[in-house]
Amino acid sequence: MADNWVDACAADAVDEEDVMGFSHGGQNYAIYRSPEDKFYATDGLCTHEQVELADGLVMGDIIECPMHNGRFNYKTGEAKGAPVCVNLKTYPTKVESGRVLINLG
Amino acid sequence: MPMKRDYSLVGPENAAAVSKGLANAQWYRCAVPRKQMKELMQRSDAAAIRDTILWVLLFILFAAGATYFWGTWICVPFFIGYGVLYGSSSDSRWHECGHGTAFKTRWLNDLVYKVACFMIMRDPEVWRWSHTRHHTDTIIVGRDPEIAVQRPPSLWKVALYFFGWPTAYVALKKLVIHSAGRLLPDEATWVPESEWPKVYRDARIFLAIHIAAVVAAIAFHSWLPVMFVGPLPLMYGAWLGVYFGLTQHIGLAEDVLDHRLCARTVYMNPIFRFLYLNMNYHVEHHMFPMVPYHALPKLHQAIKADTPTPCASTIEAYFGEILPALWRQRNDPGYTIRRPLPSSATPYAATSGPAVAVPAE
Repeated sequence: MADNWVDACAADAVDEEDVMGFSHGGQNYAIYRSPEDKFYATDGLCTHEQVELADGLVMGDIIECPMHNGRFNYKTGEAKGAPVCVNLKTYPTKVESGRVLINLG
Repeated sequence: MPMKRDYSLVGPENAAAVSKGLANAQWYRCAVPRKQMKELMQRSDAAAIRDTILWVLLFILFAAGATYFWGTWICVPFFIGYGVLYGSSSDSRWHECGHGTAFKTRWLNDLVYKVACFMIMRDPEVWRWSHTRHHTDTIIVGRDPEIAVQRPPSLWKVALYFFGWPTAYVALKKLVIHSAGRLLPDEATWVPESEWPKVYRDARIFLAIHIAAVVAAIAFHSWLPVMFVGPLPLMYGAWLGVYFGLTQHIGLAEDVLDHRLCARTVYMNPIFRFLYLNMNYHVEHHMFPMVPYHALPKLHQAIKADTPTPCASTIEAYFGEILPALWRQRNDPGYTIRRPLPSSATPYAATSGPAVAVPAE
């Protein structure tokens, strides 16, 4: 994957075990802060019906879509069963100078 | 004769809804701060375990009484209680567990979901996907498979719902079709092909249990097994669930992108809310479907300044809105109730998306 690190948000803008949305180049992304205080990033829309995951609920390793209970492991992108059948794309992240960066490749 | 719309999901209304931008569209949502919404969405096993234990104990109590007094008139109130649990309260358990919000623990949701599906005679997978579509395209004609009363309404058909008919008949027919390894054409449009084997498997298990109840009734020369399991308790117990369920959307707007226009919140007493798992907060549920039933009263408080004033009771809902609307829609299918908003609310007109339909006046 090519390096294309993009500044997404301030690290302290995302609560632990929570998610926030981020848009870049017309695409939506979701930035997660895990209970272990690590950052992860995925595509921002649920693969089921394109609902914003940033409005969803983070429970441990899981992001739950706010509309239909679709669940993904946000660390791996794995869809965890109906109604989501297609995995979520994930992106590498790093934190520098208090900012979360994601590699869009 | 009033013009009848085509409510089929494979007819011309489907394409019309898509071309108008009504399918899978952006809906109006009341503003709730993220922190508060996170708190409201939190799952808890405690409330659902408490309510499920009480639910099971009530089943045992009513079944024991009905059996003990079988053959006398005293068994009737016990069967009424058992029937309401079986044919009415199972609907809300099916619903809440289908959303995955009743319990925090996933397998508990799935277990109660399957049991409730059996009682209400709904295929777990077909109805999971049907309800998903209902939430995506709520009361969008040609898209929503769960529009309970089509316009112009047939009052006979509505009345028959209270006796579990044609619900039980259609459910049995579908059970046989699914058991034979087939889906209906409209079902195939909303159930992904990868899930079809699960539909067939569940239908075969459910059908086997229904057959076992009939065999037991024959073997023991007793009606009791079929009074407790299968289409009969659904039919004699469906009435209260239908009474609750018809308050959700009847008479309100079709083809709009604002749940405040197409769903109704009705205040209910604590017994009704236990049986119905707080689904009387229906605007709230549709707007934020991942808020568990036990948090809906709090959500109601959080957004009530931006939602229509709820009906004060089911009586007010029926006599003030639902029955007059059904009567009028027989000859005027375009008639739609537009529930007034408090002055603090975002006006309906301001909620219009790029393709929102204007509700009929």
